[in-house]
Amino acid sequence: MRRLGLRIDFSQLIVWIIGLLLLALVVIGTISTLQTGKYSAQQWRDFVVFGIAQGSIYALIALGYTMVYGVLGLINFAHGEVFMSGAFTGFFLANALAENGMIDSNPILSLIAVILLSAAVSTGVALALERIAYRRLRRAPRLVALITAIGASFFLQYTFRGLYGSGVKVYPTVEILQGSVFGIQKTMIVVFIGAISMLILLYLFIQNTKMGKAIRAVSEDVETAALMGVDVNRTISATFAVGGVMAGVAGVLYAIIFKQVNFFMGFIPGIKAFTAAVLGGIGNIPGAAMGGLVLGIFESVGPSLFLEGLGIPAAYQLKDVIAFLMLVLILIFRPTGILGERLATKRV
Amino acid sequence: MKRLFGVMTLIAMLSVLLAACGGQPTTTPAEEPAAEATEAPAAEPAEPTEESTEATEEPVAEATEVTEEPAADPVEDPLGVVEVAPGDSIILAYAQVISGPNETLGVDSIRGVELAMDAFGGELLGHPLELVGEDSLCSPEGGQAAATKLASNPQIVGIIGTTCSSAATVAAPIIDEAGMVMISGSNTAPALTDPAEHVQGFLRTAHNDKVQGAVAAEYAFNVLGVTTAATIHDGSVYAEQLANVFAERFTELGGQIVAQEAVNAGDTDMRSVLTSIASDSPELIYYPIFVAEGGFVTSQVGEVSGLEGVKLMASDGLFSPDFIDAAGDAAVGMYLSSPDFSAFAGGYEDFLAKHEERYGEDPLSVFHANAYDASTLILNAVEQVAVEQDDGTLLIPRQALRDAIYATADFAGLTGNLTCDENGDCADPNIAVYEVVSGDSSLWQDEVVQKVYP
Amino acid sequence: MTSGLRSAFNFGLLGGVVAWHACLVGMVESFSERRLIGETVELSYVWLVGIVLLIGYLKARNVQAPGIAVFHSIVSGATIGAALTLLALLTSVFNLRDIFPFASPRLVELLTLERGIADALGLLFPILGGAVLGAAAGGLALAPPIWRRTITVALLVTVLIGLLRDIFAAIVPRDVVSLIFTSRGLLPMGALVVFVVSGALTWLIGTFGLPGISTDASSASRSVATPWKYAYLGFGVLFLLTFPLWGKLFLSNVANFIGLYIIMALGLSLVIGFAGMLDLGFVAFFAIGAYTMAILTSPKIGTFTLTFWQALPFSMLFAFLSGVVLGLPVLRMRGDYLAIATLGFGEIIRILALSNFLKPYMGGAQGITSVARPEIAGFVISKPEPFYYIVLIGCVVAWFVAARLKHSRLGRAWMAIREDEDVAQAMGINRVETKLLAFAIGAILGGMSGAFFAGLVGSVVPKSFELLVSINVLAVIIVGGMGSLPGVLVGALVLVGLPELLREFAEYRMLVYGAVLVVMMLFRPEGLWPEAVRKRELHKDETSAPQRVTTSVTASTTPSVKD
Repeated sequence: MRRLGLRIDFSQLIVWIIGLLLLALVVIGTISTLQTGKYSAQQWRDFVVFGIAQGSIYALIALGYTMVYGVLGLINFAHGEVFMSGAFTGFFLANALAENGMIDSNPILSLIAVILLSAAVSTGVALALERIAYRRLRRAPRLVALITAIGASFFLQYTFRGLYGSGVKVYPTVEILQGSVFGIQKTMIVVFIGAISMLILLYLFIQNTKMGKAIRAVSEDVETAALMGVDVNRTISATFAVGGVMAGVAGVLYAIIFKQVNFFMGFIPGIKAFTAAVLGGIGNIPGAAMGGLVLGIFESVGPSLFLEGLGIPAAYQLKDVIAFLMLVLILIFRPTGILGERLATKRV
Repeated sequence: MKRLFGVMTLIAMLSVLLAACGGQPTTTPAEEPAAEATEAPAAEPAEPTEESTEATEEPVAEATEVTEEPAADPVEDPLGVVEVAPGDSIILAYAQVISGPNETLGVDSIRGVELAMDAFGGELLGHPLELVGEDSLCSPEGGQAAATKLASNPQIVGIIGTTCSSAATVAAPIIDEAGMVMISGSNTAPALTDPAEHVQGFLRTAHNDKVQGAVAAEYAFNVLGVTTAATIHDGSVYAEQLANVFAERFTELGGQIVAQEAVNAGDTDMRSVLTSIASDSPELIYYPIFVAEGGFVTSQVGEVSGLEGVKLMASDGLFSPDFIDAAGDAAVGMYLSSPDFSAFAGGYEDFLAKHEERYGEDPLSVFHANAYDASTLILNAVEQVAVEQDDGTLLIPRQALRDAIYATADFAGLTGNLTCDENGDCADPNIAVYEVVSGDSSLWQDEVVQKVYP
Repeated sequence: MTSGLRSAFNFGLLGGVVAWHACLVGMVESFSERRLIGETVELSYVWLVGIVLLIGYLKARNVQAPGIAVFHSIVSGATIGAALTLLALLTSVFNLRDIFPFASPRLVELLTLERGIADALGLLFPILGGAVLGAAAGGLALAPPIWRRTITVALLVTVLIGLLRDIFAAIVPRDVVSLIFTSRGLLPMGALVVFVVSGALTWLIGTFGLPGISTDASSASRSVATPWKYAYLGFGVLFLLTFPLWGKLFLSNVANFIGLYIIMALGLSLVIGFAGMLDLGFVAFFAIGAYTMAILTSPKIGTFTLTFWQALPFSMLFAFLSGVVLGLPVLRMRGDYLAIATLGFGEIIRILALSNFLKPYMGGAQGITSVARPEIAGFVISKPEPFYYIVLIGCVVAWFVAARLKHSRLGRAWMAIREDEDVAQAMGINRVETKLLAFAIGAILGGMSGAFFAGLVGSVVPKSFELLVSINVLAVIIVGGMGSLPGVLVGALVLVGLPELLREFAEYRMLVYGAVLVVMMLFRPEGLWPEAVRKRELHKDETSAPQRVTTSVTASTTPSVKD
């Protein structure tokens, strides 16, 4: 038994050494990058701003992952497609509004209309997903539900590909969002404000409403919540709906800064958002938001800061390597993510 | 841990043992080319014959006249003969990527093929035309799967594919072995038509990256007069190759490549990578990538401080109305290399109109015209070499078909004047550089892009 | 009664939604050129007819009284038809094409039997057709079981053979093919023959059973008489050994990829099925095996030029080592943390292979070509047909390893960890070492599969090692039945073989694949060939659900799909 304990320490030691080596590499890279003085302070600020904009979108998608995980313990792999469905559908309204001039004469109203449509479609898709694909599988092993989610993800992707065509669609440009304030693009500011206000709304909803309480209760313990008179089915549906709304809004915000939408656009942000959710501690709502922002910033700053100093060419090709290595590092030193898990660790 | 090391040592010992007694290592690499060399003699009969060259001078010659052309006994052919019974269809096939993130490239090409078949009225020599096809993905294993399936269908006359060069590397030898001919509208990797590696069954109407990348570099250095440039590729075989060729030629001319960056397909935020490039202050950025990522780069350049006034240049991967949509006014003033459209009269607007009518949308990507030309080459060749028997059965000798395609010269296609050389490169060697002058894609093409070089 | 009618109507609406989906994603229009039987029966119609039949059948099975059942399925069928009529009207009145490219004039023509909406008959056609088909489905549902089965199987087989015409054409001599096939599908006569023959066979087997197999209703398991057992076994072995001879190029290639996935899935099965660790990045080891093979053998990279057989052990060694190195940091994580960390590793390996950074060693986006082919006695194996035997041997070896490990001391330690990590540790099992061994041995199999892949395809590019591969391997294991070795076989056959057969659906392949995954998991969550223990667990779970507490335990041995 004593030997056993020693061995575990030994393997843990190796892991820590690997972790520290990676950290050392990061530090060396950072120092040598900063020494060369290649980038100005302005450029560093730009990197961070770009990262925050991208990160806000990850954060909004990650909320859907984390909430569903909270109540069902399920990795909703199809959540990226929920995001896509809203943004893709919203394009047609935005395009119509641009054609009759509404979007320039009345930009706020148009934006709200597009967001409403996008959120409605995303919510509808999320609810349908829950009702058709997941409800029957609540008692099944989680891997079964995971495969279902993956299947649903393919199905949704290619459904929307068939429905709207496989070409790239481009959102119209909004005139008043052009240009910059204090050297920061207006679009970025809008996206950031949009994301923050959605987060605050969500927080108020979860903390203060009856349904919010029910969601929290179900994610603590389904059976006890049911015994306390919580309608579990309704609560789970509500969770999916809230996740859908967040994804729908994220879709429009995405369209504001990136413009292009297509049927495959949900896949990569979906995986990144999942990473962000785990990074922040899956099941933890502020954690997901934080994870998204951290991931976005690291992706944007990391390649320049860590890699260029090490003399690695085409550093931005490796930004996902940085993102995932950072994830592993954080999980080595903080096994339950940045903000930790709110749930009991064991959910099998 | 003990067991772990046990397994490890076992494997290590095994590998040493096998490596020691696994035969002479030096023989294999020597034998590989030798095995390939045995296939090479098949190349000889493929040399274009005089008479079929004549025939291709007027590609729209009447069918009845041309069917008499092929010499000797057409029923016998070293590669076999396709028999099309009366009433049966002449079958063309595609091998394109139709799933996953690259699928717009493949679907786009397939539509090119379908429209080419429509242009023939959906039938040839009294037989209906039919298109079958396989998903060749964008990978070697996809190419292999598609090629083995297509090679198993003896009724297939010719294949339009593949989408990605990595698939073609594997698919071409299989297709070649089956006696079929494959023309690609989008494989641009130089290796495919390199005399050392080219297989006879493979041709392409797409540009060899070597040609296009060099022209772009020459224009940038000689005409625009820039001396520092940065390149961006997206990790696709096409873009990586073009970026490298550009960099090589640009350096050769005396310019300096200050940054060679790369993004990943599916990336959306290019601002960071552009900021990084900005710190090297190049005068020109060359990014031979595709519509989605190309659109992101173009529209985000303006948002990055330090890149004001930088010149932008891309390749035919972005030469489409779709890209103008994606980039909007940000594209105005940038340069695109593409086949020289002034070499022939119109045709493309007509194609776009038909496309809209049949599919209800604009072309998805850029290789539809190359695929259109590839199909036309095959269909014209079939028209030339096919022999109709008394009972109405159509005989299409495969070697003669190949020869006829190789003999194509000065054929006015959608992508320029096509002439096939003995290595299978059919694309018009005239590359032009265009400048984007408008961000309104509905005016495509004359009011949007204007030729500036040569 | 009214509630019954409403339910029939709801069934119809459900079918209507599915039919709208089929129309608007373009399946109907795209398949309108795909003739299955003769010149008239097209895949597009077969698809719609299939939807109506299925809904009508399900509705009729849902009702007790025969007369009402047929009536209800007619209502359902007509509702679906009405939905299609509505679609045709909407499509032609409004221009939906700017949004839905497939809401095209061609679709209207197809739905109204080329008559257009101006013609009343054209408009009524879907409704009438739906009603007639609904009646047929209702009749089928009420027929005696043996006939129901016979007709269903015969219909399915006929459609399937029509669909797979190309595959039959590839393996059967041409003269035989032209007897029952046209250039794209079945001849009308051929369809009749196939229908009758498959129906007769189903009827015979249904009535008399297969020789040697007693389907005793009282015992859940089938027992096979000994001499017949050997006969079936011998037939199976003969089938496997002669496969490339009659399977020819295409099927051999498909079989090879099924084999590669079996090897990989066996490896992953050790990790997930036995030891219960969710690994979403198994492609990493596949990639490491393939790249090791390519780097060590290809003259294009130039540092080493080993032969295939010399490089193979190195592929496995490197996969093993990377399994240990990647495993150490992640094995302390539980559940989903492990999943995302491994997913990350898979992506890291791919991106590194793609990067400019490692291009001199790994070829970048261009990958590595001219990978050595295996050579046996001076004979270079570069074609799929002979390669089949190498893959077959690989599968047998991998199977043997996995099967022996499963029942070894180590295997039992894995199971213990899978069931409860803390208890297992308390029982004296070294958690880290045991898990690490599962990870590393699984990695060896992944590496072996990768090495075969490189030798088979002859070139290696980063594109072949995307996340999708990990997902597919995972799906193979779960669909087959977690922790079950025969399940891996069945899973690979279905999920790797199926997309190859689904090639006929062209660009709708992934759509159908996704739908199949969902449906399969919904109706058979334990997998196609589950481990006995797991199956019992799942059904125990079902029976202990509150509403079923009263049912006896024996009920759980007869799994019912309808629940």
